[in-house]
Amino acid sequence: MKHSTKIILNIALIACFGVFLFWAQGNLDGYKVQILNLIAVNTILALSLNLIYGYTGMFSLGHAGFMAIGAYVCAILILPAAQKEMMYILEPVIWPFSVMHAPFFAAVLAAGLVAALLGLLIALPVLRLGGDYLGIATLGFAEIIRIVFTNITPITNGALGLKGIPAYANLPWNFFWCILTIYVIVKLLSSNFGNCLRAIRDDEVAAKAMGINTFRCKAISFAVGAFFAGVGGALMGSLITTIDPKMFNFQLTFNILMIVVVGGLGSITGSVIGAVVITILLEWLRFVEYTVEIGSFVIPGVPGMRMVIFSLVLLLIILYRREGIIGGYEFSWDDLVKRVNARRGRK
Amino acid sequence: MLKIENLKVRYGGIQAIRGISLEVPLGKIVTLIGANGAGKSSTLRSIAGLVKSKSGTISWKEKNITTMLPEEILAQGVALCPEGRRIFPQLTVLENLKLGAYIRSDKNAVEESIERAFKLFPRLKERSWQKGGTLSGGEQQMLALARALMSDPELLMMDEPSLGLAPLLVEEVFRVIREINKEGKTVLLVEQNAFGALQIADYAYVLEVGEITLEGKGEDLLRDERVISAYLGG
Repeated sequence: MKHSTKIILNIALIACFGVFLFWAQGNLDGYKVQILNLIAVNTILALSLNLIYGYTGMFSLGHAGFMAIGAYVCAILILPAAQKEMMYILEPVIWPFSVMHAPFFAAVLAAGLVAALLGLLIALPVLRLGGDYLGIATLGFAEIIRIVFTNITPITNGALGLKGIPAYANLPWNFFWCILTIYVIVKLLSSNFGNCLRAIRDDEVAAKAMGINTFRCKAISFAVGAFFAGVGGALMGSLITTIDPKMFNFQLTFNILMIVVVGGLGSITGSVIGAVVITILLEWLRFVEYTVEIGSFVIPGVPGMRMVIFSLVLLLIILYRREGIIGGYEFSWDDLVKRVNARRGRK
Repeated sequence: MLKIENLKVRYGGIQAIRGISLEVPLGKIVTLIGANGAGKSSTLRSIAGLVKSKSGTISWKEKNITTMLPEEILAQGVALCPEGRRIFPQLTVLENLKLGAYIRSDKNAVEESIERAFKLFPRLKERSWQKGGTLSGGEQQMLALARALMSDPELLMMDEPSLGLAPLLVEEVFRVIREINKEGKTVLLVEQNAFGALQIADYAYVLEVGEITLEGKGEDLLRDERVISAYLGG
C-alpha cells in the first residue's frame, strides 16, 4: 500500500473517532464519559511504560513517581493564584509557585518535560543496573517522590494535596494527547532507533558489539517514557480535579503494569486494547465489592476484591498467554487489507 | 596489524588474564585455543572494548585502541562476533543484519553488504523475514557471522563459532571462515575445537589459565606433542 494512502486512512480513522467523541460528549452520561477519559489517560500511561519495559526491557516500577511529578507541575500551573493562596492553609505557598500560571496545553507540556528531566537525572545512576535491581531502584525513586511531595508543604500543600484543579482535561484534550502519544511512540519505534531498543532488550552485550551506544539509547527511551508518564499524570490530575501524595502509591504503577502485561509486552496495539479492557473491567467489576444478599444469606462486600480478581487474571495470563490477550499482534493497514483479501478469496 | 602487549584483565578478585602479548598480522587467520576458563573470551571482549578493567596496550594499525569505547573500536574496523551467537531473537533476520551495519551511514553500501551476506549464506535470504529466534542453531550461527560482517570490518574476531553445532555444520563454519579470509579480512578466531581451528590458522596461540604457554604456526602446533595430548585427544 502506498504511503500516502496510509496517511489518508489514518486521518479518516482519527476523523471517525472524532465524530464518535463528539457524539459521546453530547449523548453519554457523565460516568461513561469519565470512563472514556480514563481510557485515554491509561492508554498514554500504558504506552509510556511499554516503551520502557516492553520495548527496551528496562523493568521500571517508578511510573507513579513520574505521574506525581506531572500531576503536581500541571496543577500548580493551571490553578489560579487566588485559589492557591486560599488552599495552602498549613504553610503559605512560596514564590514563584504562588504566581505561576500557564494555559493548559503549556502546563501539560511542562509537566511532561519536568518528568522527563527527572527521569533523565535518575537514569544516569540507575540504568547501569539491570533487571530486578532496576525495578527496586525505580520503585525506591517513586517512594522518594511521594515522601518529598508530602513534606515540601510550601510548594505542594503537603498531605492535604491540591483540590479544585480546573477540569480542563475533557474528551478532546485527553484524546488529543492520547493520539499524539501513539503517533510519537509508533514513529520512534519504527525508526532505526526502535530497532536499537529492541536489540538492547534482546541482548545488550550483542547490541554493544554492534556499536550501539546502549546507555544513550536506554536513557532516551527512559526519558521519553517518563515524559508521557508525566503527561498522563497531568491529565489525570485535571480529570479528577484532586490530587494528593497518597494517590501516587505503588498500586497506581501496578495498574499500569497490569495493562501493559495483559495487552502484551512490546505491542502498541496491545497496550491500547489493554487500556480499554482493563479500564472498563476495573469499573464493571465493582459489583464484586458490594454486599450480596441471597435470600436470608448475606455475603458482606470486601473492598479491594476486584484487585484480587485482577491479580488472578494477571497470573493466568503470565502462565498461559505471555504474549498478551491479542497475542503480540500489531495493527497495520497492510495487514488489514491482506486479511480482508484472504477472507474474500475463501468465499 | 593488531598488537597486544602485556594485557591483564581482572574480574572481581580474579585475574582472568595475566599479561599476554600477541600479534595478528593483516590478512591472516590467527587462532587462540585453550580450555574453558583459560581467558580466551576475555581477551576478545577486551579488544572489542566490552571489558573496562584492563591494563596493558592494545593497538590496531599503530593506533592505541585500549581505552576506546566499543562503538569507536568498531568504527576502526574491528568487529566481534560474540560467543553463543547472541542474535536478536525478536527481530527478523533482515533487521538483525541491518543492526550489524548500525555504525555505517552509506545506505547503498549497506544494501550491497546485505546482498553479499545473502550470497555467502543463501539460507538467510530464504528466511530474511523470519524472526531470528525461530532459526535453527546452525542458521543462527550463520546469522551471527553475517551480522558481524555487516559493519564491513577489516579484523573479524570470532568467539567459538563452532560451539554446539553438528559436525557437518562445524565444517561449514570453518569453510566460511576461510572464505571470509580470502576476501581479504583478517581473522582472530577463538576455539575449543582446536583441531578445526589449527587446520585453517596461519598462526596459533595456546592460552592456559590466563597465560600464553605455546605459540607457533597452525600446522606445527597440530604436530606438537603437548598440544596433541592436551587438546587433540591424542
